[in-house]
Formats: sequence, C-alpha cells, structure tokens
Amino acid sequence: MTQPAGPPAENAWKGRILVVDDDASLAEMLTIVLRQEGFDSRMCTRGDLAMDEFRDYKPDLVLLDLMLPGKDGIDVCKEIRAESGVPIVMLTAKGDTVDVVVGLESGADDYVVKPFKPKELVARIRARVRRYDTPAQESLSIGDLTIDVAGHSVTRRGVQISLTPLEFDLLVCLARKPWQVFTREVLLEQVWGYRHAADTRLVNVHVQRLRSKVEHDPENPEIVVTVRGVGYKAGNA
Amino acid sequence: MSSGALPSRSLPAGLRRGLTFWRRSIQARVVASTVVLSAVVVSIVGWFLLQQTREGLLDHRVTAVVAEANNETTEARTRLVAAPGTDIDSASQQRDLVEPIIQRGATRGFSVVLAGPVGDTGGRIEDGGAESTPGLDTSSVPASLEAHFDELAPTAWTYTRIRSADAEGVTRVQPGIVVGSQVKLPSDGATYTLYYLFPLDEEQETLALVTRALLTAAILLLVLVAGMTWLVTRQVVTPIRMARRVAERLAAGQLQERLQVSGEDDLARLATSFNQMASNLQRQIRQLEELSRVQRRFVSDVSHELRTPLTTVRMASDVLHDARHGFDPAAGRAAELLQTELDRFEMLLVDLLEISRFDAGAAVLEAEDVNLVDVAHRVVETTRALADQRGVGVVVRTPDYPCLAEADVRRVERIVRNLVTNAIDHAETSGRGAEIVVQVAGDEHSAAIAVRDYGVGLAPGEAAMVFNRFWRADPARARTSGGTGLGLSISLEDTHLHGGWLQAWGRPGQGAQFRLTLPRRAGVPLRQSPLPLVPVDAEETVS
Repeated sequence: MTQPAGPPAENAWKGRILVVDDDASLAEMLTIVLRQEGFDSRMCTRGDLAMDEFRDYKPDLVLLDLMLPGKDGIDVCKEIRAESGVPIVMLTAKGDTVDVVVGLESGADDYVVKPFKPKELVARIRARVRRYDTPAQESLSIGDLTIDVAGHSVTRRGVQISLTPLEFDLLVCLARKPWQVFTREVLLEQVWGYRHAADTRLVNVHVQRLRSKVEHDPENPEIVVTVRGVGYKAGNA
Repeated sequence: MSSGALPSRSLPAGLRRGLTFWRRSIQARVVASTVVLSAVVVSIVGWFLLQQTREGLLDHRVTAVVAEANNETTEARTRLVAAPGTDIDSASQQRDLVEPIIQRGATRGFSVVLAGPVGDTGGRIEDGGAESTPGLDTSSVPASLEAHFDELAPTAWTYTRIRSADAEGVTRVQPGIVVGSQVKLPSDGATYTLYYLFPLDEEQETLALVTRALLTAAILLLVLVAGMTWLVTRQVVTPIRMARRVAERLAAGQLQERLQVSGEDDLARLATSFNQMASNLQRQIRQLEELSRVQRRFVSDVSHELRTPLTTVRMASDVLHDARHGFDPAAGRAAELLQTELDRFEMLLVDLLEISRFDAGAAVLEAEDVNLVDVAHRVVETTRALADQRGVGVVVRTPDYPCLAEADVRRVERIVRNLVTNAIDHAETSGRGAEIVVQVAGDEHSAAIAVRDYGVGLAPGEAAMVFNRFWRADPARARTSGGTGLGLSISLEDTHLHGGWLQAWGRPGQGAQFRLTLPRRAGVPLRQSPLPLVPVDAEETVS
C-alpha cells in the first residue's frame, strides 16, 4: 500500500475508472495519481453527461462527487445502479451523517471524505476492484438462496436475484461461515478490505440494502440476522 | 404551593389526589367556599324560622288547652256544688267527679288524673288512690307540678312526656302539656288536684312538616348556589385553562398554537394579548432558526469550497513528495516542507470545521456503552509512535474491571488522544519527567481518565485558560507535534456534549494533570469523579 507503483506496462491497466467531479483541477489530479497507480481513467465534470460517459467508457469503478452541475451526484448514483452493479465510491466534502447515509442508500459502495490522502483513496479503489482477480469454483447456500461464487449469481428456486458486487461479497462472507457472528468491524475488513476501523455505518446501510433484495420480509429478516450488540450472522431458516 | 406540598407526604393516595385537585382547581375552591358560606346562612335562617314556628304553635295550643281545662274544672265545681253534700263518702264522690271528665277526655283526646287530697298527709300520685284515665302512666305528671299543688294554688301548666299503654299493652310516649287545677270535694272538705294531660301530636307533626319543608328548600337553595357558582367560575376558568394549554403547547415548540378570541370582554382582550405575545415569540424564534440555518449552511459551503482545492493541492504535493529524490536538494526540501505544512493545514481546517459545528449547535451525540479502559489502551497504542519519537514513556494504570460510560466513542477517543498528545508534548525529554501516566477508574455513577505529565506545569490561573481557543502556555515554546491550538477547546466541547467534566490541574515545575469525567448514563448530572483532580504524588510537596 505504501509502495509507490512504477509506470504501468502497456496494456497492463489494472482497471478503468470514471472520475465524475465538477472541479477540473481535482479531476485531472485524480487521473494523474490513478495513472501512476496503474489505473486507466477518464474524467467527466458534469452530472448530466456522466451517464453517457459511463455507457461509453464501461468503467470498472466510478469515483463520484456528490455536488455536480447539471445533475445531482445522488441521482447519477441511482441511475448507474439501475443499470449496473459497478462499484461506486463517493467523494464527499461533508462528513455529516445525513449526506453519507443518503449517498450509501442511493447505491454507493463506499465513500471518502475530502480532503483525502491519495494513498487512502487508492487503497479503497484497489479493495473494490480486487475481486476480479480471484475466481473460485464454489457453491454456497444461505436460507433458501443458492450462491454460485464463480458464476457470481444468487438464485432462489431458479430465479436470479440481482446483487451488486459488494452486496454479493457481503452475502458470500456471511454464507461461508453460517455459524459465526460477524462484528461490523470484521465485515469492514473482510468485505471492504479495511485494515483500520472505519465507519460502521457502511455496514448498516449495505445490510439494509441487501435485505431489501434477498429477504421475503425485510422488516423481519431471516437470511441476514442482526445479533443485538454484536453484529450480523447468516440465518438458519 | 410549598405549604400544600408539606402534608401530602404521609397521606394515602386518594386523599393526596383530592388535595392536589383542591390546590389546582380555582373552580373547586370557589364553589366549595360559596356553598359553605350559603350553608351557614341558610342554617341560621332555618333555625330561626323553626324556633318562631314552634313558639307560635305551642303558645296557641297552651292557651286553648288551659281554657279547656278551666272549663272542665268549672263544670266539675258546678256539679259538686249541685251534688248533695252529706250522704255520700268521699271515694265515690271522687269517682263521680272524675268519671264524666275521663269520658269526655277519651272522646276529645286528653287524659285525666285526680290526685289528693292536698294537705299534710301528702296526697301524692305515687301514694296511690289517684283516679286516672285507664292505661295512663300516672308518672307522666311531673313531680315539679305536683309540688306546686302541694298547697292551694291557682291553675298551672307545664310541658311533659305522656306515657300511656293502649289496649294491647304497648307503651307510647308522646310530648304533651299537663294542666293542673284544684277542686274542693264537699264530702270531706279536702282539696283535690285535677291534672289534664293534652298530647301535642298534631303540633309535633306540623313542626316536622315545616322542618322537612325548610330542609328541602335549604338543600335546593344550596344546590342552586353551587350550580350558579360553578357556571360563573367556569366562564372565567375555562378561558384560563385554554390559555394554559396553549401556553404549554407553545413552550413545547408548537409555535403556531393560538387562543380563540370571541367577544370583546376582559378575557377576549387577554386572549388577544396572549396571541400577540405568541406571534412575536414565533417571529423571533423563526428568525433565530433562520440565522442558525444560514450559519450551518455557510459552514457546510465553506467546508466544501475549501476541501476540494485542498484535496487537489494535497494530491499534487504527494506526487511531488514521492518524486522529491529526483529534484535538486532545495526543491526536494521544499516538497517535504509543503507536505508537512499541508498536514498541519488540513488538521487546522478539520478542527475549525469541528469547532464551527459545535458553535452552530449541529453536533450530535451517538451514545453507546464505552469502556474507558479499552479507550485508554487504544489511544496509547496509536500515540506510541509520537511518544517513542519524543523519548517519552507512557504508563497506563487501569483497574481490572471495565469502566463504562454512555458516550460517543469517536468523541471520547478524540478527547483522550488530545490529552495524551498534549501530555507527550509537554513532558520532559529525559529523566523522571520523561514519563506520562494515564489512569482510569470508574464507579456505578461515572468513569474517569486522568492524564498526568511531569513537565513545566501550569502557572496559577492557567488551569482555566488552557481550554481557550488558540491559547498557548508559553508562546516561545517550540511546537513539536504540530497541534492546532484548538484541540483542548474541541475536547471541552465534546465533554460538554456528554454532560461530563474536563478539568486541568497544574503547578509550575510539578507538571499537570487533566481529568475527564463522564457520567455512567448520558444526561445524568455528575456529582463526583472516581479520580482526584490533584494527583496523589503532588499533594505532599504542595502542602
């Protein structure tokens, strides 16, 4: 993480990142830093153009500012989420709870608060795109759901349930060890890839989102069960 | 209010509720006092009326009865005078005298007793020999009246209770009047007394009737008075109660609440003034809210506007910093300085934004149970690098039980980190002074952390100033950890948010101690701290 990456070899990009930020200098600086770290990137400074760029560029990850001209970052986030499960990391200038929670609820996977340290941002981007390196043949079941880890799909009695990669990771993490209760900190480390304690609200919001997709009744969850005062575990149902 | 609160301590619940109602309801008090006053007046008037009626009735009856008795006696005397005087013995003559009177008495409702003769031999009724109406208990004639007729006397009367037994032998007692008058029997020449006993049944019934009528009238009157008072006070009290309810709602933050105004009387004018007051309050509060909103909005905007360029500068500086080995020495050093100063700039910005968030009242407490022992260990662990760099040893003294407090763990860690880095900053770099002590303690009411250093200490009066923004004990003193000067101010604000204490102690040359005390339950006022503010090792040298 602390090792500065050398100049990337030709055609050896680690991934493509779309940077959506109204501040041209910041966006350009981001592309410089990302290029140094081995990512290909493209910038977009207007919210209303973000979707066109997204469809055209097909990025592996989106860095999204919340305050954008043309269209609000929250709306952009929802639109991307509507057609793709690509990881979204919000760039926010406000550390206030409400903004963060609204952003996460509209579909973002993670967020960084400005001013962030470039290395911290890169670490988070790596954590989000790293999944693609490790395909493994594995089939799990949790509740009445069947998870095909390699095929990256979740089915209930043959019906496919569409999850974002992060929601999928969260479900797989819980399903692999159904006997274990995961604290929010452990989930942050295993699913988000954080070494240090970060914001546990990330976990809460994503568990809510996951439940709204996989539970029969999200008010009375049976697949992702809350263990009061500890964390979450896979349901026995 | 306070006088009413005293006796209610030891009373049963029902009575206490009654007393509370009495204290709180003007209506109840007014109605009750009016009813009591009316009851007194009505009783006096009623008693007076009854007395008058009774006296009138009895006077009338007495006149009639005495006249009738005199008639009977006169008639008896006439009959005696007409009777032959010598050949009849006194006993039969007595009977002849009494029999017609008894018969007349039976039809006209009075009883008769003939007693005598009057003289030295006595002649009292209980001595026997008295003729009387059958069934009459002769002791109904009071002894006082008999005594009156021990010698010759004119007609006299008195009240008595007439006891008689009817055919079945049932004894009856009824009030009555007894009239006595004397006759002289020609046969033995002695004087006998005739007692006529007239019952007062009718008068008693009349009196009872009048009493009942008066009582009924009095009760109706009282009910009327109570009802009227209740109605009248209700007209006054209802608007007052409405005003109270509206005032309570206003106080609870429902600023749009208003009183209904009807008519132009005093109450309507009170309502109008009340509404004006409410409107003014509402306007002022709205203004303040608007100001506060603008302030928060401004802070939020400034934060966004400053953060974005700072992020760009930060990343640019990072790129330069990473590439500094390729620069000439001056440019390389400049890149290093840029990097370190940017760190400070960033910290300062974060602290400023935090302080302005407190000033705007936008800081929110996310409280949960926090073990201060864990916090102390975590903070000491994260500050170990700084301590090692400064050559300062950190000693942690924690109890083997958890010291819990309901607190926001992020804020508490920030406070403790501030205190520890502050202590490391002020500790000596060598010798015994190169040590700081972090102590944790807790009880069922609170938990505390004290951070002790053995540095230069604080001059008198400085203990209160350390929490001022940008305050520095010695402006000439070099900054080492690059504190912003806002750390302790933010810590104090954080502590106040928890309802806790953050206090400082210090003596020149003896070092300083900062103590954070948090209540076990958020919002419960603190009474004492489980740790002393003045460290134990300092007390001896001071005194």
